[in-house]
Amino acid sequence: MGHTLSVRQLEAWYGTNQTLKGINMEVSSNHVTAIIGPSGCGKSTFVRCINRMHETLPGTKVKGEIILDGESIYDQDPVVLRKMVGMVFQKPNPFPSMSIYENVVAGVRLNGMRNKQNLQDIAEKSLRMAALWDEVKDRLNYSGMSLSGGQQQRLCIARALAVEPAVLLMDEPASALDPIATTHIEELIRQLKENYTILIVTHNMQQAARIADSTAFFLTGELVEHGPTSEIFTNPKDKRTEDYITGRFG
Amino acid sequence: MRQSLNEGQLILIQLLKDMGGEVERILQGCMQTLQSLDRTQAEFWIAEDQKVNDLERQIDDECVRLIATQQPVAKDLRKIISAMRISTDLERMGDLAIDIAKIVLRIEGPLLKQLIDIPLMADKALGMMKQGLEAYSGEDMVLAHDLAVQDDEVDKLYNRVVRDLLVIMTKNPDVLDQGMYLAFVGRYLERFADHATNIGENVIYIATAGRQDLNI
Amino acid sequence: MNGYLRKYRNWMMLGLFIAATIIALIPLFGVLGYVVKNGLSALNLGFFINLPKAMGLPGGGMANAILGTLIMVLIASLIGIPIGILAAIYLTEYDRHSWLSTAVRFATDVLTGIPSIIVGIVIYTAVVLKMGNFSALAGGLALAIIMIPLIIRSTEEMLKLVSHSIREAGYALGISQGKTILRIVLPTAAKGIITGAMLAVARIAGETAPLLFTALGNQYWARSLNEPIASLPVQIFQYATSPYKEWHQQAWAGSLVLILIVIILNLVARFAFRSRSI
Repeated sequence: MGHTLSVRQLEAWYGTNQTLKGINMEVSSNHVTAIIGPSGCGKSTFVRCINRMHETLPGTKVKGEIILDGESIYDQDPVVLRKMVGMVFQKPNPFPSMSIYENVVAGVRLNGMRNKQNLQDIAEKSLRMAALWDEVKDRLNYSGMSLSGGQQQRLCIARALAVEPAVLLMDEPASALDPIATTHIEELIRQLKENYTILIVTHNMQQAARIADSTAFFLTGELVEHGPTSEIFTNPKDKRTEDYITGRFG
Repeated sequence: MRQSLNEGQLILIQLLKDMGGEVERILQGCMQTLQSLDRTQAEFWIAEDQKVNDLERQIDDECVRLIATQQPVAKDLRKIISAMRISTDLERMGDLAIDIAKIVLRIEGPLLKQLIDIPLMADKALGMMKQGLEAYSGEDMVLAHDLAVQDDEVDKLYNRVVRDLLVIMTKNPDVLDQGMYLAFVGRYLERFADHATNIGENVIYIATAGRQDLNI
Repeated sequence: MNGYLRKYRNWMMLGLFIAATIIALIPLFGVLGYVVKNGLSALNLGFFINLPKAMGLPGGGMANAILGTLIMVLIASLIGIPIGILAAIYLTEYDRHSWLSTAVRFATDVLTGIPSIIVGIVIYTAVVLKMGNFSALAGGLALAIIMIPLIIRSTEEMLKLVSHSIREAGYALGISQGKTILRIVLPTAAKGIITGAMLAVARIAGETAPLLFTALGNQYWARSLNEPIASLPVQIFQYATSPYKEWHQQAWAGSLVLILIVIILNLVARFAFRSRSI
């Protein structure tokens, strides 16, 4: 079940600005890895390199290696890669022209699956995994936009899971949600890690402390420290890490 | 909800129970050594506090980890802080038990009398420890308050022990040394019971965030 | 400043704004009222099904002009709408920032302002003279050329309104760019695009000048698309500039019909296809 993800000497530019300066990281499988750091430290860029979304922006450049299950992601068609590396975004973004059901199966259906029974099974399985099935099972053909913010985000998670990715990237998945919805998402992430390798970017350190098995601290494009969460938050090795998590930064 | 925090708290309860089990084992062993005055046994028990100390460290580390990673507040926070305090009390109780074994090494010759009240004190104090831990895991205020009553009884027993020993020592100055050492044992057991009431005070703190002295 | 003076100036300015608005609305309602008043009396069933009659004879209609307008608008839409939408998709989705798309956008903006009579003259030279006759096809083509920049502009705006986050969600699922545009972005922007198309149709339905040089006009039914054909605006122009009272009345009726077509298209576009924020 475990998928291996290695990052070697990853560098990235946005125009002339170098946003990542040589990142080396081994991502453990079936594990939640949190990426923390101040604004502009490159954590979002890092995660968007892993599913090659960074390249879709104009003026970007990438160097270095990212190896997923033994193969470099740059040897693959990005469209194919993104079926193996799913992503959930900060602001919930269900497709407005689609119903809840259509949203969940969008990734599978628009890539060719036609069998209705399969699609329905996938929809139910994914919605259950996202802890949303009970709330929407009677209104699957309602618009995706008819849900609350927290529900929309869980819908987006179900949609990402339906494609059965190896790795799930989450870019500040709860930052647009209220505290109760946030707690739901956090519990969901805890349960998901049994079957998925999860990388979560968060500017909320306490969230990283609560749900992550290991934490990586980024600062101005560098990976400063990466280790088990309990160690990072009780006895970090690097003074910069300590300054950041104790709030004595800047 | 808060699955990680709940699991952590269950771990703490289990560790405290394990620590209590160790302390019980040590006290019973040391009391037996006192009855038998076996010097080899005494030396064995004096070195036996390693596990208790390890458990205290484990509980400490777990509490720190829970606070850092789960940001507990309100009652959750008080439970964790109390676990740290209780582990300190238990560690002291372990030390007190071992002090009894150390006394055995100082006593020469047979016991000056058949020990009745001192073993009674030990049983009662041990019972109080177990009751305290029970009160912690069940957040039971009734059990906690009852520790004050039991502590009174232990204090009374201690007074009786001291009085009896004084009578014997005035009649027979040869056994002055042993009498004094046995009085120390009584003192250790009385302190043991006091630490057990501290556990009860922590339980009250968890429930009410207030402080109450159970040790009058 | 004194409180009273400030209040007084406030009311003064408010009064000024209201007055200006009323003055601006007067011509609009004036025109509408005038057309309705004069056109309503000549509007009857015969108007819609009869061919024009010779001057002086009562009972004529503008059936051929109405049909002609519909046919040429249809031709223009069949040419203009697909080209406009596809061009807009290219500009927005594939090539947003290159010099080519900037140039195309600039050209489009200029073309929206081009006097429509020039379009008519150009088509006259390029198509009518080459083919040797006026035709509905030429007329439709001229209207399409006027339509295309409008469609490109409005479609582009609607596509830009689709939040980029939606596209990213599509890519992140492993959906190719083409499919993302076709199955996700377009359906999301569909209402706005349709609105834009309907407004463009309303605009060209009333164009007169280009049709003078391309479709010319016809007092009878056109038997094929390769013949001159009547249209409402041209017919109105011919009747209004004639000296005959009956024809003047017909012109008023035609104006009323034309205005109603435009108003209805506008209302349907704006109300039936209200776009919510995306």
